[in-house]
Amino acid sequence: PALGLFLFTIARDPLRIIILIAGAFFWLVSLLLSSLIWFIAVKASDPQDEPLQKGLLIFGVMFSVLLQEAFRFLYYKLLRKAIEGLVALSEDGCSPISIQQMAYVAGVGFGLMSGAFSMINLLADALGPGTVGIHGDSQLYFLTSAFMTMVLIFLHTFWGILFFHGCEHRRWWEITAVVVMHLAVSGSTFCNPFYVGSLVPSYLLMAAAAAWAYSLSGGSTQNLRRFFLCKS
Amino acid sequence: MTELSAHLPQFQHGQLTENFPDNHLSNTNDNSERRRHDNSERRRNDNPESEANGQPQNSTQQVVEQDEEEDEELTLKYGAKHVIMLFVPVTLCMVVVVATIKSVSFYTRKDGQLIYTPFTEETETVGQRALNSVLNAAIMISVIIVMTILLVVLYKYRCYKVIHGWLIISSLLLLFFFSFIYLGEVFKTYNVAMDYITVALMIWNFGVVGMICIHWKGPLRLQQAYLIMISALMALVFIKYLPEWTAWLILAVISVYDLVAVLCPKGPLRMLVETAQERNETLFPALIYSSTMIWLVNMAEEDPEAQRKASKNSTYDKQAPANQTQNEDAEADDGGFSQEWQQERDNRIGPIESTPESRAAVQALPSNSLTSEDPEERGVKLGLGDFIFYSVLVGKASATASGDWNTTLACFVAILIGLCLTLLLLAIFKKALPALPISITFGLVFYFATDNLVQPFMDQLAFHQFYI
Repeated sequence: PALGLFLFTIARDPLRIIILIAGAFFWLVSLLLSSLIWFIAVKASDPQDEPLQKGLLIFGVMFSVLLQEAFRFLYYKLLRKAIEGLVALSEDGCSPISIQQMAYVAGVGFGLMSGAFSMINLLADALGPGTVGIHGDSQLYFLTSAFMTMVLIFLHTFWGILFFHGCEHRRWWEITAVVVMHLAVSGSTFCNPFYVGSLVPSYLLMAAAAAWAYSLSGGSTQNLRRFFLCKS
Repeated sequence: MTELSAHLPQFQHGQLTENFPDNHLSNTNDNSERRRHDNSERRRNDNPESEANGQPQNSTQQVVEQDEEEDEELTLKYGAKHVIMLFVPVTLCMVVVVATIKSVSFYTRKDGQLIYTPFTEETETVGQRALNSVLNAAIMISVIIVMTILLVVLYKYRCYKVIHGWLIISSLLLLFFFSFIYLGEVFKTYNVAMDYITVALMIWNFGVVGMICIHWKGPLRLQQAYLIMISALMALVFIKYLPEWTAWLILAVISVYDLVAVLCPKGPLRMLVETAQERNETLFPALIYSSTMIWLVNMAEEDPEAQRKASKNSTYDKQAPANQTQNEDAEADDGGFSQEWQQERDNRIGPIESTPESRAAVQALPSNSLTSEDPEERGVKLGLGDFIFYSVLVGKASATASGDWNTTLACFVAILIGLCLTLLLLAIFKKALPALPISITFGLVFYFATDNLVQPFMDQLAFHQFYI
């Protein structure tokens, strides 16, 4: 689905593609930094201690979430400056791409990158021979991974919209809500492989975020109804 | 240069074609700007006629003149089109290389080394390995430098035939020999039985069409496809025959060399470009009918390099006539006007709706006939060496990284971002710029970082199925 999003909405406009790739880049840098921190922490600690390692991992995840949001903020700042440049260049005084579109594209960029990094090795391995969960791990590993990745990509998209909207209108509570949501989703994955605990809340949160973002972007129930009834 | 560049912004909005020279990666200062100046003269003369179309040419010019100072940054808007025009071939080349590396094992087997890198890396101690790779890299770089200087000297003394012959031989070698090997390996991998006669016929056709397309005329897409294919082939050869550390060292040194060669006053590439400017001619008449840039990036390490770079430029020059109208119209307001494109391309008449875009598109119309005389300044150009080294980086990442696809993806994004930044710089500085350093630096940094830092982290995360 994320790829479909990409193809239908982004691939047409080169500016959006650039913003997308830049968004992916920012996510990547945040991942890099967070893994650097984690790596240092691991090296500095005792590798034999299992719970400690897991604790460190959790710490790494939380830290990474915070870093991702920080980078989203940085990216927002960069895009603000870019919009000013674009407005100066354009003929009729308004930017060819609105901040909301940018928010959307940035969100998709983040999401795609995080999804890709989460899934792609899994997919590559899935092509080879083998049975899932043969050692007593969950047999639903691939399925749940796929769903989790998808929900995360969508979430990133919505968070992008919400975040940028919050920054635009200086509503700090929106921004903190996004951060808290992100932390919550990541945290819920900690109870994997008890999948119910992670997938269900994530999907609920995603629905909530979707509705919120939709209303922020100016949609309404009338629009929805018209859309579904094919503009009757 | 300053007063000439002042003319540019004037016409950036009124006449969209002016933007293109700004975005040439390998564009030179005086030559193209002289031409731009001529263009603008001609267009000024055209303006009274275009008034009849109801286009407020003069008013836009006045409005635009006020924005001159702000327009130094330019490009995010106009450059978006060009960046994408470069993204696509670079991506395609990388995809081809990665796909081949992943599937055909021939290119990851150690079958010996090139004669240019005589020292082996299978040594006992780390120190000796390091030393060997440094020596290998040094030899390779000196070969490149020698070739570059040779080329510059030949060009200076007008030995065009020699250069020409050199290029033809190298492209022959590449098109026939390397693709034969490649095809053979692909067949072996997929266990496809094939007789020699069919193979000979295929290779013959492929090679001859390639020669014609690259050196003479041909459909634009086909030429681009051929150039991408030979870049990929060359990159594959490098990946196979360069040992590990040598390859990374070479990549690093090449970007430094590129930076030096293009920007230093005495650098060979810069001298080449300036000589071409003075003579006000194209570097390889048989290959291109325009541009003086080419040799933007690293010069030939082997013969095929040179020819490829030259032909790469010719590709994008030829892109110009086919795409002029579309380009101009597309640049009208923002980077992506597919509808206007279609209209212009199909009908060659003014747009039907009276949207701001169509007005701008109509404004661009009168310049159509003019721009057909100056095809060289449209589109963006990138040296083939760039393609090759980007693909080498990504290919090596996919071949040897422990993080596998993650690393490959990271390097890919890094290279694309580097390309964006380079184009941005090009728009700001408006002269020939090396395309390698930024991208390769990003790529290298990301490769080593992802391989060593991110990979363990992601592995652990995937194992526990945590998500960040």
